[in-house]
Amino acid sequence: MLTKEMEDLLKSAQTYGWVMEPFAKRLFALAGMNVPQFVWAHSPEEAISFTRTYGYPVVMKIVSPQVVHKTDVGGVSVGIDDDARLTNTFNRMSTISGFSGVIVEKMVKGLEMIIGSTHDEQFGPVILLGLGGTTAEIYRDISLAMAPLCEADVEKMIRGLKAAPLLEGYRGSEKINREALKELVIKFSEFIMDFGETMESIDLNPVMCSADGCVIADARIMVRK
Amino acid sequence: MDLEKIFKPDTIAVIGVSLTNEAHPANVIYNKNRLRYEAKTFAVNPRGGHIRADTLYRSVKEIPEKIDLAVIAVKAELVLPVVEECINSGVKGAIIVSGGFAETGLRDLQDRLTSRAREAQFPFIGPNCLGVYAAPWMDTFFIPNERMVRPEKGRVTMISQSGGVVVDQMVKATAEGVGLSTAVSIGNKALIKESDLLRYFAGDPGTDVITFYIEGFGKHEGREFALAAAECKKPIIVLKAGKTSAGNKAVSSHTASMAGDYQVFSAVMAQKGVVEATDEFELMAFAESLSCYPMNISGKIAIITGSGGHGALCTDACIAHGLEVPSLNEETQLGVKEVLSPTLKHIASYANPVDLTGSSTDDDFLAATRVLSKSPEIDCIILLLLPYIPGITVDLGAKLGMVQQQEKKPIIAYVPHVEKYKIIVEGFNLYNIPVAHSVEDAVHMAEAMRRNKPC
Repeated sequence: MLTKEMEDLLKSAQTYGWVMEPFAKRLFALAGMNVPQFVWAHSPEEAISFTRTYGYPVVMKIVSPQVVHKTDVGGVSVGIDDDARLTNTFNRMSTISGFSGVIVEKMVKGLEMIIGSTHDEQFGPVILLGLGGTTAEIYRDISLAMAPLCEADVEKMIRGLKAAPLLEGYRGSEKINREALKELVIKFSEFIMDFGETMESIDLNPVMCSADGCVIADARIMVRK
Repeated sequence: MDLEKIFKPDTIAVIGVSLTNEAHPANVIYNKNRLRYEAKTFAVNPRGGHIRADTLYRSVKEIPEKIDLAVIAVKAELVLPVVEECINSGVKGAIIVSGGFAETGLRDLQDRLTSRAREAQFPFIGPNCLGVYAAPWMDTFFIPNERMVRPEKGRVTMISQSGGVVVDQMVKATAEGVGLSTAVSIGNKALIKESDLLRYFAGDPGTDVITFYIEGFGKHEGREFALAAAECKKPIIVLKAGKTSAGNKAVSSHTASMAGDYQVFSAVMAQKGVVEATDEFELMAFAESLSCYPMNISGKIAIITGSGGHGALCTDACIAHGLEVPSLNEETQLGVKEVLSPTLKHIASYANPVDLTGSSTDDDFLAATRVLSKSPEIDCIILLLLPYIPGITVDLGAKLGMVQQQEKKPIIAYVPHVEKYKIIVEGFNLYNIPVAHSVEDAVHMAEAMRRNKPC
């Protein structure tokens, strides 16, 4: 069931047709899914104060109701490791249209996966799992299935990926925590079932998968206006 | 809603039979059912009179017997009053052959019909359809009797959104020796949809395999179908038309862009264990195979051949379709070698494909098949049977059938489909062994079992 806070977060999106990253992350955190430590900073000082607690390196991402694809406008900067770069990056992003602050968060490492969902006209809520990142649409290495999902469904989806051997630790890279990935996909599918038709599509992309677990590094929720 | 009397009516009223036009669909349907089929059939026309020696009743009400099924072939605007009368007369269901509804833009007329029927719990198939072919019981296809190609009675039920496609499938089923239980053309599927029929035939004792030709699902119809499929214990095969989407939707998320209509359809079918065919030939191969073996295999294939070339072609086709042709272990290879004719022992190959060469005889095929049937390394045998090999006789089909019956391992045979070799095909068919008309077709049959849901 969606809680009151979750519903309020979704209502905030009605105006733009989508949920901005800080709200989306809060929503998934409330639903029990892993997101990195982050702060929504409106000044360089706020950003710096975050690093005093969590340390460097960090990622900075634009928050703007006008920017759906952040990398397209130079709105994502990774590997920031000192105060000077942090301040410079903040100042540069503050000129991007619709600027409403930035997200500063801990760098998370791992294999970039995408977990997504759409509300299909014929089949209702459908879940996508695939190789993620900005090139997801070029490689199109994905599996699809109708929600809700059971563990066997998710296992089949993973095996259906060309990238499946990467998850097993390919040529010396570390094996990812498959159980954590399955758990996340199942939790996500349950969340989607509660969501209903207000959701048009969701991208959790990238989800950083490593031996330690799976963390939603970015999330975008498109809602019906 | 209870569909039983739509498919197994004791009595049928054909409504709209013409006094003047013998080619009218209602006349074609009335004539063939009255003269050729077992259900008791009556003709209805408001003008009354006689058609040959039979009474033409003015309405369903006038018929002295209780009517189970009304076949309605009147003008679109007259359908609703006719349905009303059927409901009031206690008719159990209808097949509405008439066109002129949603397909011509008259969605409103169709919606009124549907909501009235739903309210009265009155099931109907159509409108704009051929209806039901269920020999020897009934046949509402408005195709003159002498033009029909009739498959043998069997255990495959075919459901199709297109009447033309289902008739063509019946022609192909006849050619391939696939036995038909029931064929249904659902037309506009205003009330009874694919998922309703899937649920009905899942419980039909006369049906072992259900095939669908699907053009499109309405809102959430796909979900209903998938949920019904997940509960159905019988093999289900689908063929989808309209795989290419017209025009690209503007989408702003990766997921929406990658989860196209057909991609979702195909993925959900596989998720629920529905076997999707890529074309009508594959559909028939799948139907033939799964009606003989309604089971799931992991896909480890042994190939027994009388020609090295056929063995190589078959291996390639197996790999291309996601099947394995594993090398047989030494023990199995020696086991085969031991039972072959002395002249063959040193010229045959054993690794897989097992090539018995052109010097093989019936006994070599039988012995090799028996040994491989017992081997746990493989779960299906494809036999490439080339009847021009001198040592092979016309009895081999039936003899191999006997081996299959004893050993229980699925066997698929390839025999060239020409008149001369038909007796071999019939021998296999007698033992319910699927016979392919090409090497590729044989591989499709094995693939169907691999993709079928575990039973």
